[in-house]
Amino acid sequence: MQLADKNQVAKSLGGRLFLNKFMKLLFLLCTMVGLVVLVTLIVDTVLGGWEYLTRDFLTSFSSSRPESAGIYGAIIGSIWLMAVTAPVAIVLSVGTALYLEEYAPKNKITNFITINISNLAGVPSVVFGLLGLTIFVRQLSLGNSVMAAGLTLALMIMPVIVVAAQEAIRAVPGFVREASIGMGATKWQTVSRIILPAAIPGIITGIILALSRAIGETAPLVVIGVPVSLLVTPNSVFDTFQALPMQIYNWVKMPQAEFQYLTAAGIIILLLILFLMNSAAIYIRNKYSKRF
Amino acid sequence: MAELKMKERSVMNEAISTQTEQQNKQPGIVHSSRPVFEAKDFNLWYGDNHALQNINLTFNENEISAIIGPSGCGKSTFIKSLNRMVELVPVVRTEGDIVYREQNIFDKSLTVEELRTKVGMVFQKPNPFPKSIYDNVAYGARVHGIRKKKVLDEIVEKSLRGAAIWHEVKDRLNENAYGLSGGQQQRICIARALAIEPDVILMDEPTSALDPISTTKIEDLMQELKEKYSIIVVTHNMQQAARISDKTAFFYQGYVVEHDDTKAIFENPKDKRTEDYVSGRFG
Repeated sequence: MQLADKNQVAKSLGGRLFLNKFMKLLFLLCTMVGLVVLVTLIVDTVLGGWEYLTRDFLTSFSSSRPESAGIYGAIIGSIWLMAVTAPVAIVLSVGTALYLEEYAPKNKITNFITINISNLAGVPSVVFGLLGLTIFVRQLSLGNSVMAAGLTLALMIMPVIVVAAQEAIRAVPGFVREASIGMGATKWQTVSRIILPAAIPGIITGIILALSRAIGETAPLVVIGVPVSLLVTPNSVFDTFQALPMQIYNWVKMPQAEFQYLTAAGIIILLLILFLMNSAAIYIRNKYSKRF
Repeated sequence: MAELKMKERSVMNEAISTQTEQQNKQPGIVHSSRPVFEAKDFNLWYGDNHALQNINLTFNENEISAIIGPSGCGKSTFIKSLNRMVELVPVVRTEGDIVYREQNIFDKSLTVEELRTKVGMVFQKPNPFPKSIYDNVAYGARVHGIRKKKVLDEIVEKSLRGAAIWHEVKDRLNENAYGLSGGQQQRICIARALAIEPDVILMDEPTSALDPISTTKIEDLMQELKEKYSIIVVTHNMQQAARISDKTAFFYQGYVVEHDDTKAIFENPKDKRTEDYVSGRFG
């Protein structure tokens, strides 16, 4: 008995193979749309800003005259900002992730907190800016200082790092935990000697990606009121400062055409920093990821 | 008094060491030793599931005790109760006592860390840390505060020799333990357990993930280890229990059906269910 009609099978073959090729091309097209737009933007920016990327540009403060305006204050300010954001965000986030994954009882409350941390990662950055303005700038009277902005950005990227760290910690297999606890090691010894070393590549990747988001973030800084023209760099975390994305945002608003080229030059600097940070994340992930 | 007994026993051991292994296993000749573990009316629940029911068992020093039974009979749960690893499951509740060397393991005066230092465990699946062979074996010692390189070196060598794997790994101590075969990894795990000089070694189906040659090596090793340690082993493999153990407990549906000398369990079981299980009619 023959159930499959051979003529039918032969007839449908052409259509199946055509659809197969068509889908492949369709997916390629989707990829190309994104890539082409990105490459166009980068090429346009680099061509526009390249000539303005001089030593003077890197070593001058901001100015209302485009020919003498530079990005020095913004670079230094952004470094100050990250120096506050990074340690605060890392300690808070990794601590939270460790507590939720290793210490907290596995119950509905823990589950609820975990889900809502993921939700926090989706809150718009301008909302975090308002939070920073209310709590750090006004309530704690930190003003528009490095500290206020740094703490705001730390809170903003915290959920991202917590989620990444939780995933990295969860990926450490249960049997190595059991092995450690079974030898009379305490929880902390197990966490510090077994779990963190195994999870650290994933955690660091999450940290760097989150920091590269923080360094390019503009909206919270606008709300906090970070100045756009300043002729000094901060001496302490309680001084006010300039930041790269604010500087770029300010130049792009300027009427003179030259400022548009300065904007492009500023974006190149920011992009370079982002590329460097992301490369570091990929390198660390590939080099230190452990096989189980 | 206790020491005197120990001496007596070792003299007796020497006296009968010329006898054959078979006779060695016969009841009443050497096993007048002290108990290391005693379960007294021990019950355990996973949520509503009454997994262990009124367990009364005694395990003696320097013996290999096997726990056999079909899947789901509670044998793994029971062995994990002995070092309280079972409490890692959040919904576990226990009743009754387990006495380790005259001390109730659920008593507040004995911390779990202390208990697990004295009662080592080897798991079903070889579970070395993603570290070097050396660091794996030195882990327990380091956890317990030993830092001197010279002492650690000695502990590592002694433990690896004790686990009959020193000659295979002595030239590659700094290589990752994951590069070893499954059987070698399991012996590394045994060495790791020996390194903290436990009193009792619990083994939860230690050879079920291994090939026959590695299994033989580990079984031979267990015979050597029982000179110094008390071993409680869960096994799915009845022939293994018959080959290696002095005493055997048969678990069925959360109860201990029968506990006796291994020879008696396999040749002259008192309970019909034991007979059916050891003769392969179910399980």
